[in-house]
Amino acid sequence: MSGRRIEQGGRVERSRAIRFTFDGKGYSGFAGDTLASALLANGVQVFGRSFKYHRPRGVFAAGSEEPNALVTVMRDEARCTPNLRATQVELYDGLVARSQNRWPSLDFDVQAVNDLMSPLLPAAFYYKTFMWPRAAWHKVYEPIIRRAAGLGEPPTLPDPDRYSQRFAHCDVLVVGAGPAGIAAALTASASGARVMLCDEQPEFGGSLLDEPTASIDGATAADWIRNSIATLRSRANVTLLTRTTAFGYFPHNLIGLNERITEHLAAPPTDRPRERLWQVRAARVVIAAGSIERPLVFPGNDRPGVMLASAARTYLHRYGVAVGQNIVLVTGSDAAYSAALDLHAAGVRVALIADVRADAAGAPLDIARQAGIDVVTGATVLGTRGRLGVREVTIGVLGRGAVNDTRRVKCDALLVSGGYTPSVHLFSQSRGKLEFNEARQAFLPSISAEPESSAGSCRGIDGYAQVLNDGARVGAESALATGHSVATQEYRVQVHEFSMHGLPGVLPQANHLQPSRAFVDFQNDVTTKDLALAMREGFESVEHIKRYTTTGMATDQGKTSNMNALAFVASELGRTIPKVGLTTFRMPYTPVTFGIFAGYDRGDLFDPVRTTPMHDWAVQQGAVFEDVGQWKRARYFPRPGEDMHAAVDRECQAVRAGVGLFDASTLGKIEVVGPDAATFLSRLYVNGFATLAVGRSRYGILLRDDGFIYDDGVIARIAEDRFHVTTTTGGAARVFGMMEDYLQTEWPDLQCWLTSTTEQWAVIAVQGPRARDVLAPLVSDVDLAAAAMPHLGVTQGRICGVPMRLFRMSFTGELGYEVNVPADYGLAVWEAIHASGQSHGITPYGTETMHVLRAEKGYIIVGQETDGTVTPDDAGLGWAIAKSKPDFVGKRSLARETMHAPDRKQLVGLLTADPRVVLEEGAQIIATPGQHAPMKMIGHVTSAYHSAVLGRSIALALVRGGRARIGETLYVPMPGGEIAVQVTATVFYDVEGARLHG
Amino acid sequence: MLLIQCPYCGPRPELEFAYAGQAHVARPADPSATTPDQWTEFLYLRNNTRGIHAERWRHVRGCARFFNALRDTTTDHFLATYRAGEPMPVLPMGQKP
Ligand SMILES: [Zn+2]
Repeated sequence: MSGRRIEQGGRVERSRAIRFTFDGKGYSGFAGDTLASALLANGVQVFGRSFKYHRPRGVFAAGSEEPNALVTVMRDEARCTPNLRATQVELYDGLVARSQNRWPSLDFDVQAVNDLMSPLLPAAFYYKTFMWPRAAWHKVYEPIIRRAAGLGEPPTLPDPDRYSQRFAHCDVLVVGAGPAGIAAALTASASGARVMLCDEQPEFGGSLLDEPTASIDGATAADWIRNSIATLRSRANVTLLTRTTAFGYFPHNLIGLNERITEHLAAPPTDRPRERLWQVRAARVVIAAGSIERPLVFPGNDRPGVMLASAARTYLHRYGVAVGQNIVLVTGSDAAYSAALDLHAAGVRVALIADVRADAAGAPLDIARQAGIDVVTGATVLGTRGRLGVREVTIGVLGRGAVNDTRRVKCDALLVSGGYTPSVHLFSQSRGKLEFNEARQAFLPSISAEPESSAGSCRGIDGYAQVLNDGARVGAESALATGHSVATQEYRVQVHEFSMHGLPGVLPQANHLQPSRAFVDFQNDVTTKDLALAMREGFESVEHIKRYTTTGMATDQGKTSNMNALAFVASELGRTIPKVGLTTFRMPYTPVTFGIFAGYDRGDLFDPVRTTPMHDWAVQQGAVFEDVGQWKRARYFPRPGEDMHAAVDRECQAVRAGVGLFDASTLGKIEVVGPDAATFLSRLYVNGFATLAVGRSRYGILLRDDGFIYDDGVIARIAEDRFHVTTTTGGAARVFGMMEDYLQTEWPDLQCWLTSTTEQWAVIAVQGPRARDVLAPLVSDVDLAAAAMPHLGVTQGRICGVPMRLFRMSFTGELGYEVNVPADYGLAVWEAIHASGQSHGITPYGTETMHVLRAEKGYIIVGQETDGTVTPDDAGLGWAIAKSKPDFVGKRSLARETMHAPDRKQLVGLLTADPRVVLEEGAQIIATPGQHAPMKMIGHVTSAYHSAVLGRSIALALVRGGRARIGETLYVPMPGGEIAVQVTATVFYDVEGARLHG
Repeated sequence: MLLIQCPYCGPRPELEFAYAGQAHVARPADPSATTPDQWTEFLYLRNNTRGIHAERWRHVRGCARFFNALRDTTTDHFLATYRAGEPMPVLPMGQKP
């Protein structure tokens, strides 16, 4: 036992006992406790095992900077949160917490053998040791490393909770509600400015909560906090957020806040989100993040019971917990004397104050000595002892450049302080420039990059009165910058306090040549030896040393370690700290759950699902669907007992012999309107449109200006100044964007307007020799006769009384129509056509059948036969280009010599020697058999299917100089052997195209 | 997330916009009259600026219009946004892309 609850004091509710378990053992704490304070009050000293060496570790801090005491909190299998800092876990009744990274138990961990083997596990041991053989990585090294190293384990079930997201705007966002933040929020909000104040802790007040004897303007600190927050709460222009961490500073003053809403509750209400992401756009930001006490670096400084002096003070004053019964303080700053003096006043024995400064003198030492506490100056720590907690510390006293006096002092808690490091994380994230301050031995905010100001001790201000006044001033200035004026305020403060100045770095040791094994980064187990080794191996840049040793790269972001690592590197390299420079601070300030980033975008809401007006009908018919972008498209309609192959064969035969029904609603549609519409389309597409008659349509190819195929579709002239343009399903948005780009920025003089109508039209393709017979009884005001409505004819009329645009067109090679009706009528018209077609054996078919039918005809699919390097001529579509046009998008590039090279990849057909073999799409093609790798690849298969109507397999392919190879035999090397194929033309069925004009 | 001043709509969050490449790269009036080098430069060569960059944005989830902007690539600060077709504004400190 070391820590204990003292008789009185603290802000916990002693009337409300809380039961909880840690590693299966039951404990009791009070409402208002954290897991850390409650365990300390119960005398628990070991909280976990360390990351790499599995050394026992205790709690080191009292706030979010805690590097050691990481725990897993379990509500159930799905609500199991690893790597939480015990110092931030609020106690609730029934809380179940587990230590991490130990097996089988905290007191006895078999992998602590790692510690004995530490000479074998130096910096970068991962890089060095596990390089060879490569095959061993997945099977041997990785599983071992994952079990041995690493932190907590993730939950095994999906997260059942809700996480919400909210955008907010304000004039002044104040981050941190310590004295500076509260003062800033008070003055800024008095001006009328909209103010948000957030703090990561469950209650506002920051370090003032540790000051029971301080008074501000005549009130106790606690009363001042209560009154100030009540004032802020009464103002309609103020938003207050506790348990809310500003985790990231993003460009243009966007701050990410993580609000934890139900984490602290024993029974979280189901109607509230568990956590919330706030994205706050603030006109001004006030960073009042305070400062973090720095550890001292000496051998054995990671033993449980070694703790920041400020943390001991927090446990005493906020939680009524004495962290030890017999303590030693080692300090390089005056401020830490308060911890020893306060514990002394609470009845704890202070065995020794060892001040590492040879010239330490003045008030704090005098007061300590008057209280009867032994104080030595010019001290250092040579080591600590105690298997599962510190029991003894060896203090050395320096004189004339050497350790000339050592003494062993018994203790059960060793408080340390190297002074305070201003919290410049958010300022640095905002890309503000830091400057090293010699007097403070710290980096302080210098030049801002965003409209923000730091206030209080995060910019090096020392002393409560100065911090409060700085907060008030910065609050007033920030409000003024948003057009709200207010007078600032002067606070009168009475408090016992000493300077926070200190000294970073490593305590001197007896033998400097033998670098001691003192921990710099507790969470990643990085020691001075590791840093020294990295420098011996030639790493001098602090960014490189950081990555090589992983110092500062753990989940605590080096809050307690960065300055000490930097100071050590600087002194070893014989450079100044600013010369060595600081590593970049990255978000998040503390770990943030993925849940808030996902927010509501989970499951069905992860990505929108687009369905056509006829979707439900296809579902009822048992269609199998495929995803095409966000669209759900019916792939085939299997009958009982049919697999895909059988269904597709039947659907294909039905279209070729009778009539099929296909939902083409997902095609992109753009209405192009205006006196210059024809000119606009002629400039964009390779085809000519000036001569296209009203009531006619044309297959259009769209290139990029680099000459390669970008999209295709059918373009119909509805009126002199009105075109109905279709695009591929996947290309709809990008083609519309490209059209807008050229229209707005290259040809703004054209009188032409574009409207996306993709979702306004339901498109029903009726394809096959009986198509006309199916439609005839349903349409009015339309003459379907071939003479009046030839292939590529377009007309407007009615179907089932519904207004319709009717296209005579075919992606199957058969007589075909595409019925366009307003989307709301799509299902009704589809059902009417389906009913009318029953006597003709009408067969609904899906995208798989559509693919086969078009491949039989050699029609390309953009994105399947093309890949961004295919010209119209490569695809065999050179005939579509209007040669007489002076220009169109891509024309200049098509004139380049290489675009006509005879060995370009050209689209051809392939027939396998064995008609039953269907090639694999994407398979490579070689010219001669029997090659060994690397083979000379001359092309690849783009499409391959079984063709029911031909009774054999067919394929399309891009092959170098392909058209000149028609008739040749080529080879497709596959794992099972080479497949011989004959090169053919691209059209396999109805080569003359007679069926189209039926 | 950047805050971008659409010259038509005012300040809007970045997620309403799409980046659209370098600004003031005009398509030649008569591409067929360009030399291969001129055409290559138009098609492929773009600045990789450290400092002020003239670039195009589209307020694609707003007014859908393309416009131009001057942005400092070292700070992500926008120095100006202006409508397509308007001349590049003169910056107060005389900085140029
Ligand atoms: Zn706009």
